Amino acid sequence: MNEDTLLQVNELKTHFKIDRGDVKACNDISYAIKKGETIGFVGESGAGKSVTGRSILNLIDSPGKIIGGEIIYKGQDLLNMTEKEIQKIRGNEIAIVFQDSSTAFNPSYTVGEQISDVIQNHFDMEYEEARERTIKLLDDVNIPNPRERFETYPHQYSGGMRQRALIALALSCDPDLIIADEITTGIDVTTQAKILNLLKELKKERDLSMQFITHDMGVVAEICDRVAVMYAGEIVEIGPIQEIFNNPKHPYTMGLLGSLPQTSGAKEELESIPGNMPDLIETPSGCSFRDRCEFATEECAQHNPELEELVTNTNSTNHKSACIRVNEINWNNGRETNKDTSSNGSRRDTNYLNKDEDPLVDVYKLKKYFDPEGQSWVDMLLNGRKYVHAVDDVTLNIYEGETVSLVGESGCGKTTLGRTITQLYNEDSGTVLFAGTDITDAKKSELRKLRRNYQVIFQDPFSSLNPRRTVGKIIGRPMKLHGLVDTEEEKRDAVKELLVEVGLKESHIDRYAHEFSGGQKQRIGIARALAVEPDFIVCDEPVSALDVSVQAKVLNLLMDLQEERNLTYLFIAHNLEVVKHISDRVAVMYLGEIVEMGPIDKILSPPYHPYTEILLSSIPSLEIGEQELQNLPEGEIPSPIDPPSGCRFHTRCPYAMPECSEESPINITTNKNHRIKCHIFDENKMEGKPKSKEQIIAEQTENVDPKSNNQSISSAKNTNQSVPNPQDEKQSVGDD
Amino acid sequence: MFGLNIRSGSQLDMAIRKFSQNKLAMFGLIGSLIYVFISLVGPFFMPYDPTSTGVGPNLAPPSTEHWFGTDHNGRDIFSRVIEGARISLFVGFSVVAVACVVGVAAGLISGRYGGIIDGIIMRTIEVIYVFPSILLALIVVAILGQGLDRVLLALGLAYAIEMARITRGAALSVREEEYILASESYGEHEKFIMLREMLPNMMSAVMVQATLIYAFAILAEASLSYLGLSAQPPTPTWGIMVSQGQTYIGIAPWVTIAPGIAILFAVLAFTFLGIGLRDALDPKTEVNAQ
Repeated sequence: MNEDTLLQVNELKTHFKIDRGDVKACNDISYAIKKGETIGFVGESGAGKSVTGRSILNLIDSPGKIIGGEIIYKGQDLLNMTEKEIQKIRGNEIAIVFQDSSTAFNPSYTVGEQISDVIQNHFDMEYEEARERTIKLLDDVNIPNPRERFETYPHQYSGGMRQRALIALALSCDPDLIIADEITTGIDVTTQAKILNLLKELKKERDLSMQFITHDMGVVAEICDRVAVMYAGEIVEIGPIQEIFNNPKHPYTMGLLGSLPQTSGAKEELESIPGNMPDLIETPSGCSFRDRCEFATEECAQHNPELEELVTNTNSTNHKSACIRVNEINWNNGRETNKDTSSNGSRRDTNYLNKDEDPLVDVYKLKKYFDPEGQSWVDMLLNGRKYVHAVDDVTLNIYEGETVSLVGESGCGKTTLGRTITQLYNEDSGTVLFAGTDITDAKKSELRKLRRNYQVIFQDPFSSLNPRRTVGKIIGRPMKLHGLVDTEEEKRDAVKELLVEVGLKESHIDRYAHEFSGGQKQRIGIARALAVEPDFIVCDEPVSALDVSVQAKVLNLLMDLQEERNLTYLFIAHNLEVVKHISDRVAVMYLGEIVEMGPIDKILSPPYHPYTEILLSSIPSLEIGEQELQNLPEGEIPSPIDPPSGCRFHTRCPYAMPECSEESPINITTNKNHRIKCHIFDENKMEGKPKSKEQIIAEQTENVDPKSNNQSISSAKNTNQSVPNPQDEKQSVGDD
Repeated sequence: MFGLNIRSGSQLDMAIRKFSQNKLAMFGLIGSLIYVFISLVGPFFMPYDPTSTGVGPNLAPPSTEHWFGTDHNGRDIFSRVIEGARISLFVGFSVVAVACVVGVAAGLISGRYGGIIDGIIMRTIEVIYVFPSILLALIVVAILGQGLDRVLLALGLAYAIEMARITRGAALSVREEEYILASESYGEHEKFIMLREMLPNMMSAVMVQATLIYAFAILAEASLSYLGLSAQPPTPTWGIMVSQGQTYIGIAPWVTIAPGIAILFAVLAFTFLGIGLRDALDPKTEVNAQ
C-alpha cells in the first residue's frame, strides 16, 4: 500500500437480508483513494453506490450487514473497530454529507448551534471558540452574513444554503475524507454550480479527499479525478477521468455515456441500454451485465470477470475494467462527447414563424397568483394582501407540430404555467386560445369536451397513477368518458393497442401501478395522455425523476410519438441538455416571467438574456478540464411573493444598470422569432452608455464559450449571423 | 393464504404480516370474530328465552343449568347476555353505518373542495366536537324522546363528526396526488373523482375509524341504556342488565358482572382490532424480520 493512499477498500461485501434472500448490495468492492483525490462513483439507481459510501463508516442498519472485506484507513481496519472507536473516526476523520438537506438538520436548533455542538464534542473547546470556528466555517462555504446566519434555523435557509451548511458541518472537524452522497441531485443547476465551485476550492485549500457519489456524469466530469462505474453491486470499470470519458472500456460505461443527450445529435434517437438492472438477490451467473450487453458471448456467462488493469504500450494507466472481451471489442465506434448538438438537419425549420400560420396554442398575458401559506386575515388587513406571483403576464405561442421547451429553475413558475394553460388551475387574468377557441372562457360542459385536445404528462411517476386502479382502468377511463369506445371489449382492445405502442405488453393491462418500474410508470402516464388522442401535450418534467438510460428510452418514445401522431409539445424541464436535444424553440422563465424566447439555436448563442447566459454556463459539461464555472448569479433567488421592482432579475444580474431596478424591460425582438426582455438590448436605453450592445454580446460569447458543449457558438463566431446587425434588428413591442 | 393470491412484498402482504405479529391485534381480531359469531348464531342456541321470567330461581348463582346464574326476575342471564350480544351487534353496525355515510360524505366534500364549503363544514364540526358524544346523544334523546332507534341516530351523528374529521384529513392528503390532477385533466366527473379515485385510497383511515366507532358505540349505548334512556326493559341490552343488577351487587354480583364483562370483552376486542389495523396499514411501522 502506497504512502499516498488514504483509504483502501478490499473486497467489501454488504448484504441485506430480506425474505426472499440476500440482496448483495456490495459484492466484492475494492478501490483506493489517495490523499487529495476525488473519486466519483457513478451508476444507476440500485447499483450500490450509496451503500458503499455508508459501509465505510459502518452506517448500515439492519437488515443490512457488512459481511466481509477490509476498509483500511490510515493503517487501521475500520471493520474491526468497536463502535466507540469508529465514532471517533466519524466526523473527525471521515465525514459524510447526505442528499436531503432538509431532513439532515434538527429543526429545533439553530444551524450554528448544531455545528458548534459537533465541534465541541470532538475537540475540547469552549463554547466561544467553537462558535467562532463555526462562523468561519459558514463563511468558508460562502454563506452570506455568517454571523447572523449562525443564529437562524434550518428552515430559514434556502435549499442551496442548507446544502452548503451541511458541507460546513461535514468540514467542522477537519476531516481528511468526505463522502458526498448525491448532494447535487435535486437542486437547481446554478446552485449546483456554486456548490461544485465551493468543493473545488475546498479541495485545493484543505487537500481534501472525496468520494463523490452521483448519477450525473456531467458533475463527475467537473469535479472528479478518478471514476468508478458501478453496476449491480460491483465496480465494472475504474480509472482516471480522462480515460473513462474519452476511452471507456466497458460496455456499460459506453452505454451510460451514450444515453446522455449531449452525445447524440439534436433530435436524433438517443442510444439506450436495453433491459433493466438485474435482481441483486439472484445475480445471474457470469458477468452481471451480459443480459444487456451487445457484445456478450457465451464465455461471458461462465465466470464473473474481475477488475483487470488495462496495460497500454506506454505505462500502466491505472485504468481497470471488468470485461473479458476488453481487448477484443472495437471501442472506437462509440462516444464522441463533443458531437455537434446543433445540427439543424432534423430540427424543424423555424421559418414557419415568419408565415401567417395561426398558432395552435395562443397564450396572452396569462396571470396566476396564489395565496401564500400562512397569510392570516390580520396580515391582510394590516399589510395588504400579498400574492405569490407564480405566473405574471406571460404571452407565448406554440405552433402545430413543434416542441417548445419551458426552462427555468425551481420556483420560476413553469409547472404553474403548464397547468394554467391546460386549465388545471383557473387563471386570474389573460386568455388561452386553443386552435382559435378561447378555453379560458369556456363553460364547464364545453371545457370537458375541449379537454380531449390537450393533455398533460406528469412529472412524478409514483404519484401520477392511482395505486388502487389497474392500468387498464387508468388508461381506459378517459376513452370511455369521451365516447371513443363503446363496449368494455372495445375499450380493452384499444388499451392493449396503446400499451404496445408505448413499449409495454398487453398483459400489463390488469396490473397495478406499483408493479412497474419508474420508466414503465412514465410510459403508462404517456399512454393515458394519448388515450383521448390529443393534439397538444404538456410534458411536465417527464424524465426528471428517471435514470439516465431510462430517460433516453422515454425521450425516444416521446419523439417517435410526436412524429407518428403529429403531436405538439410544451416540454417543461430544468435539464438543459435534454432541452437542447429535443426542442425547436425554447422559453426561459424567471420568477413568473418569460425573459427570453426563441428558436433553440438563437437561445444557445448570443445575444442572451443575462439569466440565460448564466443558466447555460452553469451546466456541467462532459469536457474534462479545470474550468471555473463563471458568471454565477449573486445572492439567492428572490421570493415570488415580493418580486424585485423593475426587471426581476436585476438583483442578481452582472450587467445590471440603475434603470433596471426602476423600469421593467419590454420585450425586444430580434429577427421576429427571438425575443429578449432586457434593457441592454434596447437601443433607446443604451444610447450613450459605456458598453455598447456589441460589447456585451462579445462578452457573453467569451464567457460561455469554454463551458458550453455547443459547437454552434464557435461556428457562429465565424459567420456574422449571431451578432445581429443593428440595422436588421426590429425594435418592436413584439408580442407584448 | 385462504386461496387468495396475495403477492409477496405487496402492501397487503406487508399489512397482513405486521398485523399477525401484533399480539394485541390478533386478540382483537379473534375476539371480534367470536363476538360476531356468538351474536349471529348464539340466539339459535340459547338454552332459555331471554325475556321469560321464572325459568329458574331468582338470583341463583352460576350453575350447570344456568351458566351465568339468574337475575332478580328468574331470567337466565346467559341467554340474556347472548341476546344482548345480538342487540349490540345491531347497535354497533347501525351507528357505524350512519356515522360512515354522513361523516365520509362530509369529509370527502370538505376535503375535495376546500374553500368556503370546507370552512362551513369544519366550523360546524368543531362546534359539535366540543360536546362529548354521550352528552350529544342525551341532547338528541331529550329532544326526540327515548328509545333505541333515537339513540342510534344520535350516536350515529355524534360519531359522524369524528369520521368526518378523519375522512377530511385523508382526503386532504389524497387530493394533492397527481393522479387526481390527471383525472381532472381529461375532464372526469366530480362524483367519480371523489368516490372512485379518492375514496379507495382513503379506505384504510375510514376502516380503522369505523372499527373504533363500533367499539365506542357499544360502550355508549350501554351507558345510555344504563341511564334508562335507550331501549326499555325487558329488552336485554347489556347496559340495562348492568343497571338493574347494580342493586343486587352485594348478594348476587354475577347479575352485573356477566354483562359487564361482555361489554368489556366486546369493546376491547374491537378497539384492539382497530388499533392493530391502523398500525398494520401505516407504512411507517416496520415488520420484524424473522
